[in-house]
Amino acid sequence: MNIHAIRAIYLFEMHRWLRTVVQSVATPVITTSLYFIVFGSAIGKRMPAVDGVSYGAFIVPGLAMLSILTESISNGSFGIYMPKFAGTIYEVLSAPISALEIVIGYVGASATKSVVLGIVILATARLFVPYSILHPLWALGFLALTSAAFSLFGFLTGIWADGWEKLSIIPMLVVTPLTFLGGSFYSIAMLPGVWKRIALFNPVVYLVSGFRWAFYGVSDVGVGVSLAATLAFLLACLVAVSWIFRTGWKLKV
Amino acid sequence: MEPIIRIEGLSKTYAGGFQALKDVDLEIRKGEIFALLGPNGAGKTTLIGITCGLVNPTKGRITADGHDIRSDYRAARAKIGLVPQELSTDAFEKVWDTVKFSRGLFGKPPNPAHLEKVLKDLSLWDKRNEKIMALSGGMKRRVMIAKALSHEPTILFLDEPTAGVDVELRREMWEMVRALRENGVTIILTTHYIEEAEEMADRVGVISKGELILVEDKDVLMRKLGRKQLTLHLQEPLASVPEGLTQYDLRLEAEGAELVYSFDAQAEATGIAELLRELSKRGIDFKDLQTEQSSLEEIFVSLVRGR
Repeated sequence: MNIHAIRAIYLFEMHRWLRTVVQSVATPVITTSLYFIVFGSAIGKRMPAVDGVSYGAFIVPGLAMLSILTESISNGSFGIYMPKFAGTIYEVLSAPISALEIVIGYVGASATKSVVLGIVILATARLFVPYSILHPLWALGFLALTSAAFSLFGFLTGIWADGWEKLSIIPMLVVTPLTFLGGSFYSIAMLPGVWKRIALFNPVVYLVSGFRWAFYGVSDVGVGVSLAATLAFLLACLVAVSWIFRTGWKLKV
Repeated sequence: MEPIIRIEGLSKTYAGGFQALKDVDLEIRKGEIFALLGPNGAGKTTLIGITCGLVNPTKGRITADGHDIRSDYRAARAKIGLVPQELSTDAFEKVWDTVKFSRGLFGKPPNPAHLEKVLKDLSLWDKRNEKIMALSGGMKRRVMIAKALSHEPTILFLDEPTAGVDVELRREMWEMVRALRENGVTIILTTHYIEEAEEMADRVGVISKGELILVEDKDVLMRKLGRKQLTLHLQEPLASVPEGLTQYDLRLEAEGAELVYSFDAQAEATGIAELLRELSKRGIDFKDLQTEQSSLEEIFVSLVRGR
């Protein structure tokens, strides 16, 4: 294991993040605050409790998850897209490191940022809505697992993208709809008939549901199913990334 | 002696069908400066790219210091430093941070003293806290060299190291490359500037259309092909080369108005003085004369054209 290389990539990425930390952290904090002002305080007051949880508190895990997904993908994709775009990827490709080490460095840094961000968002939400976390360790586990899985997914999109447009297509056209339809603002039990079943094909449902269970002990799907779905997604991304590095797809000619 | 780099039967066909390398065999000797010459698109960068792991070969095998570059890539790549042709740098990073990153990436523990030496040797020490984007093109090139040297490679690839670099900096780089060789680093450089190969290289390889058409000691090559010519513009045209002068390598050109004498520029006695005396004895006058030496550039052009 080339520990020095993993460390170098990880620190390089964290350093890049710290340079723009105000933008990286302030943007999601402001966005989340706006959500809570609108949905939590303004609209939330007129909403009935969901599964015995006040609406304001109910949306906290889902909203945090929404930001974590978006930021994980964005960080994960940017980390590898930038060297590709700037041409500095040559150095990583010519270094004595394995694909796994490259992934640990880049995706580890991206996931770290997302976990920090998730904690900052949850702390911000606490200022607007009183809530408590029933299973803090599970919450942290879901937070870390989701951050890692979607950073890895972002990493894949960063390798796939060969232009700025493609880089933003996945978060804009795929992830945002999936998160909005993934039960961030509602329980899928509220959906009409057939949509309930369709929603079960949305991977984000499992993430939000699992995360919400860790908070309040209520969920749309069983927590075991949530965990299994998240792990399966992580595994699928790992298989894809190992194939990419084996063949050099989009990285080598 | 076991070559430090051994390339066997290397071919590369790109996805579009373009064949960049055709069955190339090449051995690089330990401690030499090897110049790879060739026109644009000849396959120089592809050859370097495959050796360094940036390009997948279609066929063939490469070892670096005895390690296969694919099956034993960790050991092979740890030996190699690469300075690519394109100026690709992390614009927002500081010089010191970027060389530190490179060293770590190649699996070496931190060694500030070594990095300090590298930066000082490249006159970058004063710039160590500057962002790369604030540096000039020549300075950025030095940063890339510093990155490549940060992990103490024993083999250094320089892909067009002096392209777009001013004359002074070019001289400095030549000095630096020589100093590296003194320290036992093997250097493979590609260049468009034949002057560079002439100045620096121990051996020269000429590549054209994906084929390695010649590999030779530079001195041997210059001697073999480096002929000098004396052209005499005669007062009166001659019908044929005068008898008694046939021991000289003479020929007539411009319908007998020019007498051309080819000689070995490296030889002790060029024979010019005697030739001129002989001509004067025979009453052959000339109004002007000029000499020309074939440079490596001409040798190169004639080789590439000849294909």
